[in-house]
Amino acid sequence: MKHMTRKATRHISQNEGLIFEKSSPGKAAWKLPPLDVPEVDTAKMLGKQERKDLGSMPEVSEIEIIRHFTRLSTWNYAIDLGMFPLGSCTMKYNPRVNEFVSRIEGLANGHPYQPEKISQGALRILKTLSDCLIEITGMDAITLQPAAGAHGELTGLLLVRAYHDSKGNARKKIIIPDSAHGTNPATAATAGYAVENLKSNDKGQVDVAALAAQMNEDVAALMLTNPNTLGVFEHDIHEIAEIMHAKGGLLYMDGANMNALVGKARPGDFGVDVMHLNLHKTFSTPHGGGGPGSGPVAVKKILEPFLPKPVVVTRPDGTLAFEYNRPQSVGRVRAFYGNFGMFIRALAYIFANGPDGLRQTTEDAVLNANYIRKGLEGVYDLPYSTPSMHEVVFSDKVQSKKGVHTVDVAKRLIDYGFHPYTMAFPLIVPGALMIEPTESEPKEELDLFIEAMKSIAEEVEEDPQFVLAAPHNTRISRLDEVAAARKPVLRWKPETT
Amino acid sequence: MFEHALESNQAEKRLNTLMRYLPKSPSDRAAMLKAIGVRSIDDLFAPIPAQYRLNRDLAVPRQMAESEIVDWFKQRAKENADGYTSFLGAGAYLHYRPVVIDALVQRGEFLTSYTPYQAEFAQGTLQAIFEFQTMVSELTGMDVANASMYDGSTGAAEAIMMAVRITGRHGAVIARTLHPEYREVIATYATHQGIPLTTVAYTDSGRIDLKALESAITDQTACVLIQSPNFFGTIEDVEAIAEIAHKRGALLIVSIAEAVSLGIVEPPRAADIVSMEAQSFGVPLGFGGPYCGVLATKEKFVRQMPGRLAGQTVDKNGKRGFVLTLATREQHIRREKATSNICTNQALVALMVNIFMVVNGKIGLRELAKQNLAKTAYAADQFARHSKVLFAGAPRFNEFVVVTSEDPAAINSRLLGHQIVGGLPLKKFYPELGHAALWCCTELTTRSMIDTAVGLVAQSERAARTMKEVEEPEVVR
Repeated sequence: MKHMTRKATRHISQNEGLIFEKSSPGKAAWKLPPLDVPEVDTAKMLGKQERKDLGSMPEVSEIEIIRHFTRLSTWNYAIDLGMFPLGSCTMKYNPRVNEFVSRIEGLANGHPYQPEKISQGALRILKTLSDCLIEITGMDAITLQPAAGAHGELTGLLLVRAYHDSKGNARKKIIIPDSAHGTNPATAATAGYAVENLKSNDKGQVDVAALAAQMNEDVAALMLTNPNTLGVFEHDIHEIAEIMHAKGGLLYMDGANMNALVGKARPGDFGVDVMHLNLHKTFSTPHGGGGPGSGPVAVKKILEPFLPKPVVVTRPDGTLAFEYNRPQSVGRVRAFYGNFGMFIRALAYIFANGPDGLRQTTEDAVLNANYIRKGLEGVYDLPYSTPSMHEVVFSDKVQSKKGVHTVDVAKRLIDYGFHPYTMAFPLIVPGALMIEPTESEPKEELDLFIEAMKSIAEEVEEDPQFVLAAPHNTRISRLDEVAAARKPVLRWKPETT
Repeated sequence: MFEHALESNQAEKRLNTLMRYLPKSPSDRAAMLKAIGVRSIDDLFAPIPAQYRLNRDLAVPRQMAESEIVDWFKQRAKENADGYTSFLGAGAYLHYRPVVIDALVQRGEFLTSYTPYQAEFAQGTLQAIFEFQTMVSELTGMDVANASMYDGSTGAAEAIMMAVRITGRHGAVIARTLHPEYREVIATYATHQGIPLTTVAYTDSGRIDLKALESAITDQTACVLIQSPNFFGTIEDVEAIAEIAHKRGALLIVSIAEAVSLGIVEPPRAADIVSMEAQSFGVPLGFGGPYCGVLATKEKFVRQMPGRLAGQTVDKNGKRGFVLTLATREQHIRREKATSNICTNQALVALMVNIFMVVNGKIGLRELAKQNLAKTAYAADQFARHSKVLFAGAPRFNEFVVVTSEDPAAINSRLLGHQIVGGLPLKKFYPELGHAALWCCTELTTRSMIDTAVGLVAQSERAARTMKEVEEPEVVR
């Protein structure tokens, strides 16, 4: 390798088969206490409903389990290992105190149906987090029930529908900018709305004139990400909100990029009627390899009557309670009260920051993105020169002339010890490199990243084939995704003899 | 509004800039601003119109030390039910969680990684998902399972939408013995999908009324959705229900809220889709979440199933590896034509479930389920000596319904005085059952706990009888 990286080096990686391949009868990792009630005759009790055999479920010992999952874990990249610049994913530090407090006995063991009298601590957590998030967003009310961002979007659009319904017309369409995340159109469809695409202007922002022309009484809402997926703040937000409101429509904000705004600007102040937050992005709850998330939905007063039930209320005696009598509610979007464990973590994060820490966090996130932008400008094509907030989007225009595309640069970045950036969207940038460093990166890590990206750009010029064959240093090389999809193998099966 | 009032003085402000999660010194920031070519951080926020910039502190609690944070949450924990014996189930079950679960899921490489889109760099998560899919398929008797859904309630709603896509029909028939909150969630989803819902009652065996089911299914019914063991803990006759559904061209969806039952109860092999809440498998009760839904189905329906899937493949050198596959079902490719809008799932919780399944394994899961069955059988027998235990005509797993003379809410408030949380009063969900409550026993419920609770309920029954005897002469007169 001509270009060496300062960040990473190879090291021994343990091989490990599937857990089923380690299994053999007579090994076990469980032990039950002796039964203190009479044994039962399962055949007599269950009859034909009795299960006789658990098939190929594994039989392994405890040390094998520890080694199995520990070995697997070492094959992953993670925030704990270094920068994870996935755009719009906000891969920030996941504080360990969050994990600690979420496991305190009494919080971790609370049953969702235990009487309210002995649930005051849990209710206080719901209430305190709600109050904080309402203040941070500048909205009037909130539901914590949705389990993730896309679930929050769905909840938000159900609120929009209920609102319009109450005015006598649910309306038919949701307008979504072409720069939006894929969940936005998928959510609109799930909520029973047709999707109307809104073209971006040459600055990568909402084309206000186009919006004005498209907006009519059939449109229920505009779903806007702000800053948008280019990391650009919608400068005309005031006009956008006015156009929507003038025709009785609502402004929905996808809060995926809220990490650019906390403590600096509040969506409620700039005309947003309903928005979701991603606690697993902005509020530091761990992504955990894909989840769990949490997607609270904050609303203006006009939408409050429609919030999912139950909502938390304060009784005259100061105690907290769940209120179920909500005749205009859209109903439940999830059993129980949402991903409570994530509420604990998000609140611990807010406590650790305070108002000054939250503001400094946002400033550092924006500082980091602009530092990367400056460092890579001229090396990678910047399709929109509009100022960046917390993330920056380049394209592979220069590199693709050598036959190297964003995915290849991404795979090569792995060799340099970094997780790749986001490539799947925004769709308005062909060959996008969407980079969001978050506030969690020290200057040294950013410098290493810029150095790596520059080095790859040089490699593309010198030896594009080498980049096309990346990654070179991982335990496996590029996988055959076409074969995986053509003839899916989605589970292990014992070999038949 | 907060206990931690905002105090601000200059010295504290300076100290507060020492934010422990932020890895930059003031000179780092100055150097970076210089490199960017701006004078101050405010220049970078210039794109936000001035009238919308917040020029004050947010009114949230002041920055707290780690010790203060821990203390605040410990105080909240004390206001909760710590140390109580609980007989609550109803979709959220207290089972023992082996300590290796938290030891392993807190490894940073699992905890702080993202969805494994970059397969070469995420083989650990991908192989774990593949193993999870294998074990869920095996336990549910299905061919394939996905990587997870939010929970059992949303999973059930998604399963109905999946059945609508597969059959091209639009209605769903739902058992009244499905978890009432699952039914509420389904109603929320179905309303906006234009899916009419029909609910089918239960008989006095606690099972779905097969005759009523038969007449509820039309040629526009996409699916029948039942829960087994159902909300009352009663095990349904899945085969008989499947036959009725399939005869009319409808699919059968079986919702499983108590995963531990699969250790001893025959899985719903005749179903077309299984929607399971896997919380029982090593996931803390956590006041209702995060939990772990999962969908499993027959191979022929996999392309209509929502949610992520890990598949096995090979790399350039023929080495086995795993990737996320069949992504053309998903929102990031198909946008408004996707099978679902789901993106983030419950990955880390699915890993807890995964480890739980491995720890207990082929034999342990069966033994665990047997203990649940034995404890519940004992408890139901004991309760039956003083009160009416409903639905004795069909097999049950680890829950049962007790009808008392007195309102169970009143009994429960006395039990609380003995540090016992009694069964869930059913008046809110099933008013027709009168003074009924749903009791649950797991392997963690001890005989002495059961005996104490039974004793206190028996006292209530005796008091009620005495009251009746006192009242009755008056009635005669």
